[in-house]
Amino acid sequence: MTALVATTLQKRYGSVVALAGVDVIVAPGELVGLIGANGAGKSTLMKIACGLVRPTAGEAMVCGAPARSREARRSLGYLAELFRFPGWATALEVLALHQQLAGSSRGQAERDELLELVGLADAAGRRVEGMSKGMQQRLGLAQALIGEPKLLLLDEPTSALDPAGRRDVRTLLLGLRDRGIAVLLNSHLLGELERVCDRVIILAHGRVVAGGRPEELTRAGGVEIQTGEGVRRFPQARREDIPRLVSELVTEGADVYEVSLVRDTLEDVYLQALGRE
Amino acid sequence: MIPTLIIARHAVLETVRRRVFVVALVLTLLFLALFTVASAKAFAAQGTFQFGNNGPVGPAGIASLTTVTLLGLGVFGSLFLAAVLGVFLTVGAVSGDAERGLLQPLVVRPLGRRQFLLGRFAGAASVSIAYVTVLYAAVLVIVHQAGGQWPHYIVGPAVALMGAVTILVAMSLLGSVFLSTLADGIAMFMLYGAGLVSGLLASIGAALNAHTVQTISHDITIALPFEGLYEAAVHTFASNAAGLARIAVNLGPFGAAQAGGTTFYLWAVVYLGLAAVAASVGFERCDL
Repeated sequence: MTALVATTLQKRYGSVVALAGVDVIVAPGELVGLIGANGAGKSTLMKIACGLVRPTAGEAMVCGAPARSREARRSLGYLAELFRFPGWATALEVLALHQQLAGSSRGQAERDELLELVGLADAAGRRVEGMSKGMQQRLGLAQALIGEPKLLLLDEPTSALDPAGRRDVRTLLLGLRDRGIAVLLNSHLLGELERVCDRVIILAHGRVVAGGRPEELTRAGGVEIQTGEGVRRFPQARREDIPRLVSELVTEGADVYEVSLVRDTLEDVYLQALGRE
Repeated sequence: MIPTLIIARHAVLETVRRRVFVVALVLTLLFLALFTVASAKAFAAQGTFQFGNNGPVGPAGIASLTTVTLLGLGVFGSLFLAAVLGVFLTVGAVSGDAERGLLQPLVVRPLGRRQFLLGRFAGAASVSIAYVTVLYAAVLVIVHQAGGQWPHYIVGPAVALMGAVTILVAMSLLGSVFLSTLADGIAMFMLYGAGLVSGLLASIGAALNAHTVQTISHDITIALPFEGLYEAAVHTFASNAAGLARIAVNLGPFGAAQAGGTTFYLWAVVYLGLAAVAASVGFERCDL
């Protein structure tokens, strides 16, 4: 069953249009990244999917159930962009509370497994108020994974993490995909999305302006060859042109040191989609 | 465990862990110590009261007047402290927790928003009711130790006080759905003050036989039934006194002109139900 189907979703906050008719589908086991400027509607889309916000029009279905329904909320895990856990509670208590609310019966084994997964096994008994922001974000991820959700909605899950923490999350996300868990991931770290996502969706002003597999979106943008006389650029060249170009340069007497295929990054694609240089 | 009880247990655990009980205990002991001294001094000074031994009230009347006035003071203090506790436990339960990001991880779970509200209400109300009951019992014991008298009715005023605290908690929780923490807190204490003024107006209206003043007071009490329940508790104590002593009690700062009654108690229950519906509908429609 499709993890998330959003059909012509619209949301207005007074005169502000957050979503102006968005269609999104996330298949089981698919890792989809959401890209967009602040205010593009990414968080609103996630909040509608998890039932925190009511759409003005359109509908969202989570694993076949309407987004605000209890059945839908049983199927998903959510990590908000701005969240907090009670400072007085320990990591284990936070997870235990969410296990009870999610109806998970896996008890201590699930808590230990999740804390190990997010690298907090040594901080199980530590109070939230004694944790760094990065540790709290890891705990947030563990909380979102309680009850073996079929759809995971992660809103900026790595914003407070150091590079090692981001790498851990990437590994975690790839592991989730292998287990058939669908993930909708919102992040401003485009390189991160490019590395892990099966598909990315670019939102601007509440609309989907581009979308597809990262390798499809990031087109080849020419070839650069480093010679003894400097870097020679061939903007129209493609991968299959490289042997010929190298041969011609060698024939001309140039010393060739390095050849690289230039590709647009996701950032380039994103900026082009938004109409910026 | 059902979700409502999970949330209620979480709310109670929060009051324990955040040392709310410790702070409340220290301040309560301070209040009770001052009340003990005041009670002892008041009974010791009975003989100097000019309307007493040789006056129209008589020695028995003075003892009754002192007892009832002290009970009124004790109940006033108890309700005030319990109101502070109940309001602080609920004032930021929805908007405040949503602003801080505490609420969202909880309400995306399969529990309904209605169950969440009910759980928060049950947690705060049970703590506040337990607190006001203990405080009320302490007041009775202190007054008895100082003056040797128990009020004729003990359970009725206790139930009225519990009802008053429950309504205050419900009002505060309802406010937290629609208002920010600060606005809800200000609103609650202004409404509490309005209730007190209404009680004083009722006494003045009764003393002067001013019907308009009495009507205004009555209407405020309908709008804010916690005040009516408090007055009912105090009025029950005054039924101990007779003659001039009773008039003096009702005219005093801790007397009460309004007696409650079955219709009013039913209204208090309906009021709670209306607050629950309004909070539930408001929260369901609320974007977080």
